[in-house]
Amino acid sequence: MASTTADATAQISIVVEFSGGLEMLFSDVRRHAVTLPAKDQDGNPSTIAYLIHHLCAHVMKDTRKELFVLDGHLRPGILVLINDADWELEGEEEYELKSSDNILFVSTLHGG
Amino acid sequence: MPPTTCVRCQTNKAVVKRPKNHHKLCRDCFIAVFEDEVHHTIVSSKLFYRGEKVAIGASGGKDSTVLASVLKTLNERHDYGLDLVLLSIDEGIKGYRDDSLETVKRNAVQYDMPLKIVGYDELYGWTMDQVVETIGKKGNCTYCGVFRRQALDRGAKTLEIKHVVTGHNADDVAETVLMNLLRGDLPRLSRSTSIVTGGSLNDVKRSKPLKYAYEKEIVLYAHHKKLDYFSTECIYSPEAFRGTARSLIKNLEKVRPSAILDIVRSGEDMARLTPDKGQGACACDEGEGMGGCGSADAKTSGNDLAQMEASLKEKPTANGLETEITSNATPKVIDSDDVVKLPIRQRRSKEPGPVQLQTLGKCVKCGYMSSQAMCQACTLLEGLNKNRPEISIEG
Repeated sequence: MASTTADATAQISIVVEFSGGLEMLFSDVRRHAVTLPAKDQDGNPSTIAYLIHHLCAHVMKDTRKELFVLDGHLRPGILVLINDADWELEGEEEYELKSSDNILFVSTLHGG
Repeated sequence: MPPTTCVRCQTNKAVVKRPKNHHKLCRDCFIAVFEDEVHHTIVSSKLFYRGEKVAIGASGGKDSTVLASVLKTLNERHDYGLDLVLLSIDEGIKGYRDDSLETVKRNAVQYDMPLKIVGYDELYGWTMDQVVETIGKKGNCTYCGVFRRQALDRGAKTLEIKHVVTGHNADDVAETVLMNLLRGDLPRLSRSTSIVTGGSLNDVKRSKPLKYAYEKEIVLYAHHKKLDYFSTECIYSPEAFRGTARSLIKNLEKVRPSAILDIVRSGEDMARLTPDKGQGACACDEGEGMGGCGSADAKTSGNDLAQMEASLKEKPTANGLETEITSNATPKVIDSDDVVKLPIRQRRSKEPGPVQLQTLGKCVKCGYMSSQAMCQACTLLEGLNKNRPEISIEG
């Protein structure tokens, strides 16, 4: 079916930002324009969980993945803001990404 | 998910979920509530008096930047009548402090506060870069921690200020409580939970106005108020990220967000059970430095000397309180190497006599307050100056 083919290649573009020291893991760049498939390999809409894996696989050049992901989930102590709102209000990893979303990862783990 | 409405104003979209009580708040209500709670801490603990000159230990990091911003706001809003000054320590670490000091300089302009920077080189004749060159990376956090603690007090004294506030937050305090609990160090646990330490006659008083504020909320406050802060790891503690107590705290928070404040409260309650009822707070024993090291690891190693000193001091007390029955008196039942014998502790049958507490004197070398003949900084410096990295402190 044509629509299935279109869906399989459909992409969404979002903005991903890192702060609180996390930018160090992402080539010292705070703001990244990220394009990723609208649906994951199982045909489900791409979520924050999918984004986290995508960032690890395609965006992060640093080898210290454990500073961002632990046991397959975002490292505790890293906050996520989805369009400036606490991700805990948006379903956390389950949140389904929409085009032009702004996702901010902030580390609380650095010295103050 | 439909947008959640703020529980406080019932109007705006909630953007923060508070870890302590799960309240969902909009940006403005969150900022107002956060500031109100710090105000409440300040008032209920009687942290300041009108006209007091207060130095804010400023590292350029999130905690001290939020502290400076909130104190400025509250000082104006509630007319505390405080004279606020930013006090920064330059450890002399190239590529680390340089950038964060630039942040502090900008903060001084943004908050319209005078700024004093005290360098390790002028205070001790050694920058941390030079210390590391001499002793290597291992153990350098001990030096940095000991030097920093005095540096803040000395800097405050040169400004004729007797009160230094630091940005320690609830997560930091919970972390310290856990570490002392894991070490079985109740006296230290007691001191680490006090909101105010020091302050007797000549020395400089220390306090932590953000003691009950969650790190998460501090970061969100900085974000929503668009505060200018700097975050980096100290280049000499790359293992810092693995701070065990810190990870434990963050994992607990994930499962049960109220755990952090619960640990702080448990620490306070346990402090009341110690021989001096948690009153023996003394600045020289305060564990952590001013956010210089971003990690539990660094803090732990920075504590080693103080710990050693504290445990040496506490020993007579411990012996006075309890009697240990050695295994010699117990008939052997199982003769196996892998059975670990536990010491049997006898409950004390009568009230203990007066408990020996640490007494503060002055360092014979620099005159700075110290519970030993020579203060920790001078002891370390003597070793450094002899180019001898391995130093043991004698009780």
